[in-house]
Amino acid sequence: MKLKSLSPLLLKVACLAFAAATAHAAGPPTAEVNTTGLAVTDDTVTVGQLHSATGTMAISETGSIQAEQLAIDQINASGGVLGRQIKVIKEDGASDWPTFAEKAKKLLVSDKVGTVFGCWTSASRKAVLPVFEKENGMLYYPTFYEGLEQSKNVIYTGQEATQQILAGLDWIAKEKNAKTFYLVGSDYIWPRTSMKIARKHIENVLKGTVVGEEFYALGSTSFGSLINKIKLKKPDVIYAAVVGGSNVSFYKQLAAAGINGSKQTLLTISVTEDEVLGIGGENLAGFYSAMKYFQSLDNPNNIEFVKAFKAKYGAGSVIGDVTQAGYLGPWLWKAAVEKAKSFDIDKIAEASPGIELTTAPEGYVKLHPNHHLWSKLRIGQWQKDGQAKVLYESGLIEPDPFPKGYQ
Amino acid sequence: MGEYTSEELQSIFIMQGFSGLSLFSVLLLMGLGLALIFGQMGVINMAHGEFMALGAYTVYFCSHLTSTYAPSFGPYYFVAAIGLAFFVCAALGALVEWLMIRHLYHRPLDTLLATWGLSLILQQTYRSIFGAREVTPTLPDWLMGSYNVKEGLDIPINGMFVLGLSIVVTIALMTFMYRSAFGLRLRATVQNRKMSAAVGINTNKVDRLAFSLGCGIAGIAGAAFTTIGSTGPDSGSRYIVDAFLVVVSGGTASLLGCLASAFGIAQAQSILEFFLEGTKGKVATLLVIVIALMIRPQGLFPSKVRGH
Repeated sequence: MKLKSLSPLLLKVACLAFAAATAHAAGPPTAEVNTTGLAVTDDTVTVGQLHSATGTMAISETGSIQAEQLAIDQINASGGVLGRQIKVIKEDGASDWPTFAEKAKKLLVSDKVGTVFGCWTSASRKAVLPVFEKENGMLYYPTFYEGLEQSKNVIYTGQEATQQILAGLDWIAKEKNAKTFYLVGSDYIWPRTSMKIARKHIENVLKGTVVGEEFYALGSTSFGSLINKIKLKKPDVIYAAVVGGSNVSFYKQLAAAGINGSKQTLLTISVTEDEVLGIGGENLAGFYSAMKYFQSLDNPNNIEFVKAFKAKYGAGSVIGDVTQAGYLGPWLWKAAVEKAKSFDIDKIAEASPGIELTTAPEGYVKLHPNHHLWSKLRIGQWQKDGQAKVLYESGLIEPDPFPKGYQ
Repeated sequence: MGEYTSEELQSIFIMQGFSGLSLFSVLLLMGLGLALIFGQMGVINMAHGEFMALGAYTVYFCSHLTSTYAPSFGPYYFVAAIGLAFFVCAALGALVEWLMIRHLYHRPLDTLLATWGLSLILQQTYRSIFGAREVTPTLPDWLMGSYNVKEGLDIPINGMFVLGLSIVVTIALMTFMYRSAFGLRLRATVQNRKMSAAVGINTNKVDRLAFSLGCGIAGIAGAAFTTIGSTGPDSGSRYIVDAFLVVVSGGTASLLGCLASAFGIAQAQSILEFFLEGTKGKVATLLVIVIALMIRPQGLFPSKVRGH
């Protein structure tokens, strides 16, 4: 008796549930997932992309723009986020920091975008940070950088300085029995902070000596005097963070002065596959880079990623560390939105810590409560063909943007 | 310095001297074309750097063609590419003079604005054609590496090549200016345009040739720089600062001044960078130039000719 009267009721509930599900086949209702007036409709969500498509930084940022677009396309093809297709508004920061701030404001205030993937240099990130904090936006930032920063409104998908520097120095000191180091960098905040951390680690932990520390203005092309000093001091390791166009001159002139991979150990934290394209593999062969990602990584995620990237952007395109980190941005955002079941910035920020990606080309990554990623460090040795041979891989390193004893 | 042997110090001294010389040749090549246009014609060519970039892109283009269609020509293409860079830049220079500059000879400040606009157009053109990434041509093997005099003493071959090239260009330009009929006409036009026209010199033609020659030399400079650095759409704006530095401190109307100031700046920078560090060396160099210009505002070799 009891059972008989219950089954029609169950059927009715099931029918209702089905009706509700079909009415909102695209996902949960907009009013539920968007309580702060973001640009989210029943079937779309609008996000912003803010990089330099023009100006001096376009060289570096192009890869990030492409990788983020690829990730967004893939997410859309697999059904979008909470049943909504992602629409992108692209803004050009034009390598000019005030422009970045202005465009960030436009994206957040006028366009009401759900999130922003963007910035590359620390200078551009510093310029937009107050805007993101004031307007309560969310920024996914792809570049490895100097640390000393943490914000509710930023997810850092690249490595902070200690993740990239410490394990690399440990490896080279042990592998090459290195005692003396010559530090060279371009003259701005990232190399300066990185070298400060490197020097402390070399002197206090490795008990080695820094025999020279030099910085050259961005865009410098003459390194003759520096190379002569290196020849005089004969350091065990040259530790380099030279960026942009200077990179090409630096390595060409090293090669021309007879300093090459077979005679000298050089470890750099600023050369990815992107830079090698300009420098030329033959000028770098034998030198080492410390990065979390190399295009040559041999795992199923990466093989698929490289294939998809080349299919979209041409067989000749290369993928560097930051490009891969850019690719993680949309996926991490998707995971956070789905975990929070909401596009609201506050809820995404709250949901982000603990998010894991098992499909990242670099392997498994996990978001730390400080909004940086746990990641591995790898040492690659450059080959003539412009690809790196990965010689060393650390365990997952905890991000520590405010390292004690290194400031 | 007690920890180094005298032999080591000797080698470093020689290599340091050479690195100063090779910086000198770079600055000289940058400055020569500009000195001709700025000094002789009074036109401030803000697009000079972009002409250098065009020269560099010409070499890149040739390198690309060679490696695709005629790999066996690889070792030799570079010399031909330098010649081509000269002609491409000279041709564009002549076109620009005809379209733009000749209408502005009486408005020198407007040439500044117009050529700056031209530089932006050219930058965007490079970006559209060659992409935003910096490129480097594949250099022939004989240009790479170094000449090993003895253990610890290496002289870079590309440095020697640029030095040789800048000497050839300087001698050719000097000969052209002071030994040829065209040089005579050019110098006459600079000194007194109306008189020169009155005695039958076609001053319009002289202007065009001079401008085009200056741009051609910029092309050679750009081609030579591909052995040292990379080329991007914005490379020109990096070159232009150094080029103006050389020309202004040399005395704007003097090729000899250009030579002297390039040498002075290069040696100062190279030595200061050795004893200080990179950025500080550059700052100290600029300080030296500022003081020099305060003492001699007309530059090292001011023009003796009174303005027109």
